[in-house]
Amino acid sequence: MSGVRVLVGTRKGAFILTSDGKRDKWEVSGPHFAGWEIYHMKGSPVNPDRIYASQTSGWFGQVMQRSNDGGKTWEPVGNKFAYEGETGTHQWYDGTPHPWEFKRVWHLEPSLTDAETVLAGAEDAALFKSTDGGANWAELSGLRKHGTGPKWQPGAGGMCLHTVILDPTDPNRIYIAISAAGAFRSDDGGQSWKPINQGLHSQYIPDPNAEVGHCVHHVAMHPSRPGTLFMQKHWDVMRSDNAGDNWTEVSGNLPTDFGFVIDIHAHQPETIYVAPIKSDSEHFPLDGALRIYRSKTGGNEWEPLTKGLPQKDCYVNVLRDAMAVDSLDKCGIYFGTTGGQVYASSNEGESWEPIVRDLPAVLSVEVQTLA
Amino acid sequence: MSIIRVELPQHLRTLAGASGEVELEIAGPVSVRSVLDALESRFPTLKGTIRDQHTLERRAFLRFFACEEDWSHELPEKPLPEAIASGTEPLLIIGAIAGG
Repeated sequence: MSGVRVLVGTRKGAFILTSDGKRDKWEVSGPHFAGWEIYHMKGSPVNPDRIYASQTSGWFGQVMQRSNDGGKTWEPVGNKFAYEGETGTHQWYDGTPHPWEFKRVWHLEPSLTDAETVLAGAEDAALFKSTDGGANWAELSGLRKHGTGPKWQPGAGGMCLHTVILDPTDPNRIYIAISAAGAFRSDDGGQSWKPINQGLHSQYIPDPNAEVGHCVHHVAMHPSRPGTLFMQKHWDVMRSDNAGDNWTEVSGNLPTDFGFVIDIHAHQPETIYVAPIKSDSEHFPLDGALRIYRSKTGGNEWEPLTKGLPQKDCYVNVLRDAMAVDSLDKCGIYFGTTGGQVYASSNEGESWEPIVRDLPAVLSVEVQTLA
Repeated sequence: MSIIRVELPQHLRTLAGASGEVELEIAGPVSVRSVLDALESRFPTLKGTIRDQHTLERRAFLRFFACEEDWSHELPEKPLPEAIASGTEPLLIIGAIAGG
């Protein structure tokens, strides 16, 4: 019988939520790595029991973990992340040059074809690759050494490479996104990169249409349409239909187009989900009502999804890697909040319920659909 | 050969799979550097968690205490007190009481 495993990274540990395919009863395992920040966990599409986890701490730095049994047991692997060659500088918050310094891994993206290969998106922004199950890491330095690197700046959360997307039809094509540099694409397996930010407009930077400097919060791609990308920028929801070469705004009737997450229905590549958030400094739902918005038309026309979500006195945030979908029928949608709830919908967002509600602040949510 | 004792913060004991104090054999002078070299050799998962793997600088929120004295800012190769070198007293590696 099919099942679902939800991998939840929080400020104080990792939790694994499991259910059968009915998705009405959930078991909670954890905390794993209690007391540590778990920025992200993700399973291999080739071997779902191989899960990678990024474990970090302000005291003890970066640790990488992997599991070979679906998260029941873990083993620490390599945590040496060395920038290749001259470190160079990016811009600091005040515009002065600042040397690249490794802080943590924000996102792990296992290979689509090899369980031992995994990419890691780091702060300060860089992309690392392991081909031995996380034991050793090498920087794909063509990204950081791309000519615009000295112009990149940290967002409020740090200069993080938070999104890594692999094209299932082209093993050489990789998309990444950085706050606050923008989106980039490689067509040669990560050796060289080009900024793909044309059409983004960010009125809060010196040149609103600059080649780099945009605060991209998250990007999503449906595997059946690898040339179509959806983006939640700081403000604005965007789409591209030519692999990021050009973007158009599809915020439409959203009540606020600020937010962090964006994701796509598993079976309907034009059905997308966002969690609008009030900005610029509040970062909580408008009017204290937690609403997910869904567009079935690839953007522009949005409907609020509220059934089962708190509609008053709710002041949580939904962070950029904290939404995911399963591939059952009907598609399940999952998201975590900074208030420690993980909400799930087993009917494409029509209704929601918290499958766990008192965890530490949720940093990331990933979902595995198990055969 | 000296047998010295090290007390780790709880999170590092868990990561290393060690319970209680750690005993280490050290050949040559006993210093913070030689103790950390021996500690990381025995528990490779601790690499990078106490000192930077590239610069070998102490992580900012950790401190070293020997015989009730703060050794965090001493040169790493400076010999530790005889009570540490003889195993009479443990070297304490302590995490800052900070954060949320």
